[in-house]
Amino acid sequence: MTATSPDPSKLHDRRETRLVLMLLAPALLVVAGLMLAPLGWLAWQSVHQDGSLSLAHYARFLTDSIYATAFLQTFRIAFTVTLAALLIGYPIAYLAATVPRAWSLLILAAVLLPFWTSVLVRTYAWLILLQRRGLVNTLLVNTGVIDQPLTLVNNEFGTVMATIHILLPFMVLPLYAAMQKIPPELTMAGASLGGRPGMVFRTVFLPLSVPGAIAGSVLVFVLTLGFYITPELLGGGRAFMVSMLVARNIEIYNEWGAASSISVVLLVCVVLVFRLASLLLPFDRIMGTR
Amino acid sequence: MPRRLTPARLALMLFVALAMLWLMIPVLIVAPMSFSSARFLAFPPPGWSLRWYDSYLADPSWMRATRVSLTVAVSSALIATLIGTAAAYALNMASRRLAGVLQVLLLLPLVVPIVITAVGVFLVFANVGLLSSIPGLILANVMLGMPYVVTSVLVGLRKFDPVQEMVARSLGMNRLRAFFSVTLPQIRPSVVSGTLFAFISALDETVVAIFISGGENQTLTKKMFTALRDEIDPTIAALSTLLTATSFLLLALMALNLRARARKGAR
Repeated sequence: MTATSPDPSKLHDRRETRLVLMLLAPALLVVAGLMLAPLGWLAWQSVHQDGSLSLAHYARFLTDSIYATAFLQTFRIAFTVTLAALLIGYPIAYLAATVPRAWSLLILAAVLLPFWTSVLVRTYAWLILLQRRGLVNTLLVNTGVIDQPLTLVNNEFGTVMATIHILLPFMVLPLYAAMQKIPPELTMAGASLGGRPGMVFRTVFLPLSVPGAIAGSVLVFVLTLGFYITPELLGGGRAFMVSMLVARNIEIYNEWGAASSISVVLLVCVVLVFRLASLLLPFDRIMGTR
Repeated sequence: MPRRLTPARLALMLFVALAMLWLMIPVLIVAPMSFSSARFLAFPPPGWSLRWYDSYLADPSWMRATRVSLTVAVSSALIATLIGTAAAYALNMASRRLAGVLQVLLLLPLVVPIVITAVGVFLVFANVGLLSSIPGLILANVMLGMPYVVTSVLVGLRKFDPVQEMVARSLGMNRLRAFFSVTLPQIRPSVVSGTLFAFISALDETVVAIFISGGENQTLTKKMFTALRDEIDPTIAALSTLLTATSFLLLALMALNLRARARKGAR
């Protein structure tokens, strides 16, 4: 073959590649312009102080205790929320995956309706429920369980409660998807071989549902790490999370260097979580795109 | 297979029933509060009235914010659908390796903590003069809504047999026509799901709006957030009820749309 008559199949390939890039261009431009460029700028800004290279912004992590406190509290809340969501979400998904279709639709509706309701509205609802004269306190005092209203909101408890409620669907949906794919014949076979229900569950069903549990846990954990609205409204300053640290540094102190370094560290944490999880499960399965 | 009702299973059902109650109460509690006649939130409300709906509908600043939010949500959902569908179609065509990398890139807005995204968008907009503008809000929400469209359409395309499009092309249609007359009708439910998701995500988006919207072009969520931080005004209960009703309506649409997809799959 000579250079003057190019292989038609290669020509076709090249045309296909050009089409792919053309169709992707608008989407990539948006992400590059509004996401990659500013992330690069933040990273660059985080290692500069007064125009010269410096690690001063990162040194503050070691000296200013508010940084460590915010990160520790954020991670603690993220662990609590993830664990609670797994403990509450697993039985819900399990029942939904093992009952007749009409019942499973009802259970999924109870998960999906809140999921579709505005995060702001649900945060507001928890404020109404948990405040000093809220529904929960009124109920507890009227039934004589407690004498004095409890402080349920404007602290870590209120934040954690609402966060679990808001993020639970992100746990249940991947779990349900994984469990639905488990062929019922497998558990039946386990039972016909003489396995008691508990044993069949432990040796057959549970291991097969693990990918769903990993996907759900990663999503909930990462989303909690970056949570902002709910802790801001329900935390009362006592649930001080990393997002709030970033927001304060910009809105109140106009401290771009500090905000940049915190953003970079938070982002590294998120990437690490995904990286670690991808050792167990491919990224596109975590995100539910495969 | 009928299951025996063992004590363990009964306990499981009881637990799930309680969990469902806990899931639904915060969604259902706001509506009765919104019809309260009291100046402050109390449950049960001492009397009933529509005064909080009135105070929402009669307030020009709430109305303006509502218009801004609806404009932004509709436009950004439509644009995200257009460029997200194009991107998904291309990803489905691209080699596995390339598609893998690009997909991670396109899903970034879902993965990066929203505060960091908000700070980044604020930075860019401050430099190009898009702060507190409707086009700026639309652009930001296009980015945030696109991943839903890409994901949903990709799922649809994977179930679609690409040979059909090739047949159409071998019969003389050009690629564009083959896409619109053969491929799109079959993946339409996935496209519609993606659009609805993008719409809801834009209507509900708060954090980016807090940073980049303001003045005349304040979104509903930003105004709600600020109002909630200052005081609990029952007007928000009325507005919340309306928002929840909207989401339920959209969810019903989505369910109908999914049934259409299931019927198509069965054919």
